[in-house]
Amino acid sequence: MKENPLSFQFKLKPEDFLPATEEEKQSQVIMRESVGFWKDGFRRLRKNKVAMVSLVVIILVMIFSFIVPSFYPYTYKEQIKGANNLAPMEYSQEEQARIDAGESVFPHIFGTDKMGRDYAIRVMMGSRISLLVGLIATAIILVIGSAYGSIAAFFGGTVDLVMMRIVDIIYTIPDILLIVLLSFTLKVPLTTLGESVPGFHWVNIVGENLISIFIVFALLYWVGMARMVRSQVLMLKESEYVTAARALGVGNGRIIKKHLLTNCIGTLIVTTTLQIPSSIFTESFLSFLGLGVAVPLPSLGSLASDAVNGMQTYPYLLFIPALLISLIILSFNLFGDGLRDAFDPKLKN
Amino acid sequence: MAKYIVKRIILAIVTIWAVATLTFFLMNLVPGGPFLSEKAISPQAQAALEAKYGLDKPMFQRYLNYVTSAAHGDFGDSLKQRGRTVMSIITMKFPVSARVGGLSVLVSLTLGIPLGCIAALKRGKVTDSVISVVATCGIAVPSFVICTVMMYFFGVKLGVLPTMGLETAKHYIMPVTALSFYPTAYIMRLMRSSMLDVLGQDYMRTARAKGLAGGKILFKHALRNAILPVVTYVGPMLAYTITGSFVVEKIFVIPGLGGEFIKAINGRDYTLIMGTTIFLATLVIVMNVIVDIIYKIVDPRIKLK
Repeated sequence: MKENPLSFQFKLKPEDFLPATEEEKQSQVIMRESVGFWKDGFRRLRKNKVAMVSLVVIILVMIFSFIVPSFYPYTYKEQIKGANNLAPMEYSQEEQARIDAGESVFPHIFGTDKMGRDYAIRVMMGSRISLLVGLIATAIILVIGSAYGSIAAFFGGTVDLVMMRIVDIIYTIPDILLIVLLSFTLKVPLTTLGESVPGFHWVNIVGENLISIFIVFALLYWVGMARMVRSQVLMLKESEYVTAARALGVGNGRIIKKHLLTNCIGTLIVTTTLQIPSSIFTESFLSFLGLGVAVPLPSLGSLASDAVNGMQTYPYLLFIPALLISLIILSFNLFGDGLRDAFDPKLKN
Repeated sequence: MAKYIVKRIILAIVTIWAVATLTFFLMNLVPGGPFLSEKAISPQAQAALEAKYGLDKPMFQRYLNYVTSAAHGDFGDSLKQRGRTVMSIITMKFPVSARVGGLSVLVSLTLGIPLGCIAALKRGKVTDSVISVVATCGIAVPSFVICTVMMYFFGVKLGVLPTMGLETAKHYIMPVTALSFYPTAYIMRLMRSSMLDVLGQDYMRTARAKGLAGGKILFKHALRNAILPVVTYVGPMLAYTITGSFVVEKIFVIPGLGGEFIKAINGRDYTLIMGTTIFLATLVIVMNVIVDIIYKIVDPRIKLK
C-alpha cells in the first residue's frame, strides 16, 4: 500500500511490538515509594529527638510500674516489723542482724514509710495506678467525647444548640462538687454489686473509689474532647466526599464513623495523648485532697499527700512521688507535642 | 450589641437555673445529711433541726421554696455554721480568695505574655529554647508539688517565708507563686504559638514593607491579633482562680472560699453548697460574656450574634 505523505498516521514497524528489554523496564520503576499519611508522620516523629526520649521514659516508667512489682521481694501493703521510717538504703535492726548472719536482704531503695512498708514498691504501685487512671480515663473520654462532638456537629441546628448547652452546663458546675457527691452516691451500690452479683467481684478488688473516679471522668471530662471534635467535624462535613457518600445512600452513622472521624484521626491522636497527662494530673490532685483511690492502694497523689505532714523529717517521701509524677506528665506532654508536630497537617512546614 | 448582650443575659439566667437545679437534686439524692455527722444528737433534736430548716418537706417542695427565695436574692442560712447566712459567708471568704487569685492572674499575665512574645520573636534561638523548656516544665508540675516543694525549701529549710495564713505581704508570696505557675506556663505557650502564626501572615510583611516602626508593628499588628487565644483562656481561668484553689488553700491554711466549699460539701451544708455553686457558675458565665465583648473590641471583624 502506498503511503500518503500528508498522513498523520503513525508509522508502526514490526519491531515496535517486541517485548521490552530489562533496561527499558527499569526506566519505568518509580524510584521513591509513595509515602502515606502514617509513614510520613512516623518518619517525622522518629526524627524528633525530644519525642523519642520521652517515649523511652514512658516505656521505662511502664516497665517500672507494671513488670518490676511482679518479682519485687516486697508488696505494697506488707508491713515489715521494726522497719518504720527507714531512710533510703537503710536496714532495720532485725534485717541488719540477718545480714550479719550471712543472709541477703533486699535493700529498701527508697526507705520505708511510717507503717514500715517498703516505699519503692509503693511508688511503683502508685505510678501503676496513676498510669492506669490516665490511660483508661482517656479511653473513656475519647469514646464519649468523639461520639458526642461528632453527632452534635453532624446534625447541627437545634441538636447542636441543645447538645452544646448541655456541655456548657457540665463545664460550669464545679467538678469537685460532682466528684464528692458521685463518689458518695456510688459507694454503696458498687460495694453491693461487687459482693452479691457474680461476675462483678473485680469491683471490690479494683476498689469502689477508683471506679467512681472513672465514672466521674466519663461524666465530666469529655467536654473538652467533644468541643475539639465538634469544631473539626463542622469543617469536614462540608467536604465533597461526605456529599458523595450521602448521594450513594450511606447512612448517617456510617458517614460519621467511616468518613468524618477517620479524617480527624490526626487531631484525635494528638488530643488523646495530651489528655493522658491531664487525666493523671487530675487524679493526683483528687488523691491529694483525699478523694482518690482508697487505702492501702497508693497513688502518686496520695503518697505525696501522706508525706506532707512528715515533710520536715522525711522529705524524700514527698520528693520521690512528686518528682515521678512531674516526670510522667512532662514526658507525655512532650511526646504529645512531638505527635502533633508529626501528624498535624497544618504544621507540616 | 445591646440585643446581643440581652440575649446572652437571658441565656446566662437559663444556664444558672439549670446548674442550680442539677446541683440541688444531685445533692439531695446522695445519701447522708447535714445533721447526721454530729455526735450524740437525739432523734427529737434532729427532727426539730430538720423541721427548722425545712428539710422534712418533700424534695420537690424544698426545691420550689429554694428557687423562689433564691430568685429574690435570699440564699438562706448556713446549716452548719449556726446563725450565719450563706451570703455573709461568701462575702467574708470571697475577698480572701479573690486577693490571692487576682494577684496570681496578674503575675501570670505580666510574665506570660511578654515571655511568650519574646520566644516567638527569637524563634529557634537559645532564648526561645530556654523559655519553651521552662513553659513545658511549668505545665507538667502539679500545683500541690510546687506548693509542698516551695514550703519545704523556703518555709522549713531556709525559714525565710511564713507557711500559713495571710497576715502580711510576705504571706502572699508562696501561694501566689504556686497559683500562677501553671497559668504563666500555659499563657507563654499559647502566646508563643499564636504569635508565630501571626508573624507568618502577609499583613506583617506588608507592614514591614511600608516601613512602619518595629514597635508599632509589634503592638498594633502582631500583638493585637495574637492575643485572642489568651483572652479566651484567661476569662474562665480568672473566674476559677479568684474563687479559690482547693489545694493551695488547704496547704497554706488560707481561709478562702475554696476551702469553705470543700468543707460544705463534706458536711452536706446544702444551702452553702448551693450558694457557692451558683456564685461560681455566675462568675464563670459573666467572664465568658466579658471575653466575647473584649473579643469584639480587640478584633472588630468578629461579629457578635
